Amino acid sequence: MPTVASYMPRLASRVRTVASYMPALASGTASCASCTSSVPSKHAKTVLLASAIVLLAGLEVSSASDWPQFRGPGGTSIYTGDDLPLDFDVKTGRNVAWRAPLPGKGPSSPIVVAGRVIVTAASGPRQDRLHVLCFDCATGKLLWHRQLWATGSTVCNSFGGVAAPTPASDGRRVVALFSSSDMACFDLDGNLLWYRGLGYESPNTRNDVGMGSSPLMVGPETVVVQLENLGESFAVGIDAATGVDRWRIPRPRGSIWSSPIPLPGPTPAEDLVLLHSRQHLTAHQASTGKQVWQYEAFCHTIASAVVLGQRIYLPAIGLHALRYDPQRRTVEKLWYDERLRSDNCSPVVAQDRCYVIKPPNILMCADAADGRTLWQLRLKGPFWATPLMAGRRLYCVNYDGLVQVVQLGDEGKLISACQLESGALASPAAADGALYFRTHNTLWKIAEGSR
Amino acid sequence: MKTINPAPILAVYGILGVTIFSTAIGPVLAAQPPDEQHIAALIKVIHRVGPHGKGHAEAAQAWRQLAQAEAGQLPAVLAGFDGAGPLAINWLRAAAEAIAERHLRAGGKLPAAKLEKFVCQREHSPAARRLAYELLCLADPAAPDRLLPHMLDDPSLELRRDAVARAALQADSLAQAGQTEKALDGYQQAFAAARDLDQVTELAQRLTKLGRPVDVRQHLGLIVRWKLIGPFDNTGGKGFDAVYPPEQQLDLTAAYDGKNGKVRWMDYESKDELGKVDFNAALGEQKAVVAYAYAEFYAAQEQPMQFRVSSFNAVKVWLNGQIVERREVYHSGAEWDQYISTAVLRQGRNQILVKVCQNEQTQSWARHWWFQLRVCDATGGGLASQQP
Repeated sequence: MPTVASYMPRLASRVRTVASYMPALASGTASCASCTSSVPSKHAKTVLLASAIVLLAGLEVSSASDWPQFRGPGGTSIYTGDDLPLDFDVKTGRNVAWRAPLPGKGPSSPIVVAGRVIVTAASGPRQDRLHVLCFDCATGKLLWHRQLWATGSTVCNSFGGVAAPTPASDGRRVVALFSSSDMACFDLDGNLLWYRGLGYESPNTRNDVGMGSSPLMVGPETVVVQLENLGESFAVGIDAATGVDRWRIPRPRGSIWSSPIPLPGPTPAEDLVLLHSRQHLTAHQASTGKQVWQYEAFCHTIASAVVLGQRIYLPAIGLHALRYDPQRRTVEKLWYDERLRSDNCSPVVAQDRCYVIKPPNILMCADAADGRTLWQLRLKGPFWATPLMAGRRLYCVNYDGLVQVVQLGDEGKLISACQLESGALASPAAADGALYFRTHNTLWKIAEGSR
Repeated sequence: MKTINPAPILAVYGILGVTIFSTAIGPVLAAQPPDEQHIAALIKVIHRVGPHGKGHAEAAQAWRQLAQAEAGQLPAVLAGFDGAGPLAINWLRAAAEAIAERHLRAGGKLPAAKLEKFVCQREHSPAARRLAYELLCLADPAAPDRLLPHMLDDPSLELRRDAVARAALQADSLAQAGQTEKALDGYQQAFAAARDLDQVTELAQRLTKLGRPVDVRQHLGLIVRWKLIGPFDNTGGKGFDAVYPPEQQLDLTAAYDGKNGKVRWMDYESKDELGKVDFNAALGEQKAVVAYAYAEFYAAQEQPMQFRVSSFNAVKVWLNGQIVERREVYHSGAEWDQYISTAVLRQGRNQILVKVCQNEQTQSWARHWWFQLRVCDATGGGLASQQP
């Protein structure tokens, strides 16, 4: 069973990350650097304190105020608060805080940064008009909207779309990546900091189903992008400040839609990033791209691994539990269970339990220590979105927009089922007591007490 | 009857435009706007961005200053798109959007007359004109009705799409009013201008329904008559790089050693509505095989052209012996206009050779062994072979 001590490197990393969002904390007088409006430093200190308390309690993610990347803080799909609504009603508007129309579809998830929710979309007959939209979390008003013309291939399966990768933020910047491998970096006010046409630079970097891997902001201000496909396949670490390559490594030819996963080190320079391929999972220094270790497995091409302290749960024809030794910088297999076979969603691991949705739409709960199946629960699918965990609840949204809430315990119990509209490919986000869902053309905020 | 959609961006602005620009989002930098000369200098800096982050540091600085320009200077910023590469255009687009957004947020109006003048100047970058049009539509909702009737042949495919959609809607109204001949003329005009597959097929259906069928395949430039030969061996994927006799010399009377015995060229005419050339139907369903397709295309004069190819299979395309497309990808999709390559047609006869490789995958979805190819101008309009 993991101990608080085993989480310490991660804890250090988390506190480090929160502090880096708020450099003004050092002085205790200035406003939060990540916000355009002034935020009293007292508030910022409270956020940091709350984050530290949460982490010291053994929970696995940072503050409940941001959801900065695909699957949220640390890529865990865990929201630390206990204030998410259990249910809602689209018809009456109960607990529906707001909904905002989007200019195009996309499987990309919303992210939440400093009171703003950011989402991408693609439109046009060739889906070559790329959109980055920023809404005010409180009101749902559109704060800014930037558009690009795709410079790489927009050929993709129409089920998904060009706006497939989820944006990522370090609290000051937002990077938005598209299937065309166009990537733009903005500040939180929508000012362009840099823009890259990675598909323009490498025209053979394309996947005609569509590229879906999300960028990761990790290490010392590095954006890691994995463009693994049947053409020119590579991963790149880009300087978040300038948009210039820090490193670039070739990757195996083969389509991968899973995303880079952070494996925090005690300092940013020691952060690792994990990359799936069809042959193995590799760990790389986020700052240099240098490979540190490799684990042989036929990694899932869509679902992504999840890191819990020094354990890695890897979907690869079943679920592999690995233990990372940060001193030796090696990894060893703890257990493997073929039955814990993810469909499209990534696993969620918390409180000594692993949760996997396997075909046909069966939520499986297993003991994180040994992989032993504890219970199963049939849900209504199909699922593309990774479930979101909040306390003892798992929020599972299927493609048809049915949000099924499962109470977790010695058994799984469906305690709520609420209907959004169809077209939910995106994994939900959560922040400050609110859930954010993205269906094809709508962004939804669900919060207790709305209307 | 289905609606023939315009470029969705107009709808986007219709939904969001007011909201975008009425929302306060924090303090605006109190910087001095650059003058026209300064704008030109800043644009030059942004033009120098290149692959792999080249020129980013200077461009980022220039962008911040350029974004402080006044709304009245938008045409100058838009003119900066002229001569810019695709990367620089996106940098400039973001600056123009930021200028407009800031101005509208402060309660200002966009310079409609200047924007309209810019839109009407076809010598400017199609991308810039499109953005100018979108900004103009925010300032003047009547602009589409005034401008779109003149944009059916616009170099901007986005503007052309909207013009086609508008023309189709007008024809719909005439058809509903019982003015069939006028409606047919309207549909015909829109069809001739249409470049996007969804609009082309929808308009063709309407024309056919009213009794004036059109040749969609010819409109799209799809080649449907071919000579085929195969199969040759592609075991282990080696056939993609193997040079079989059709690549060495085109002799349509010759017989060669194929994978399963002697092979000869055979005539083939696609019956598919979008010109698919199906080797499974022509040669029998097989795995680990290569086949070739050959066609001749006669051009009245030397002219630039595009090949637009789709296939689930690995493909190579040659024009007059020069390879112009090479894609070693299997069963990863076969979307319309999947691969676009540019070349130059010579006056008179042109020889088109296509190599299509099937691999050894056994999944049910890996049975596809076909391609479709069209010969187009830069807008995606089909070019017709001029028979000698």
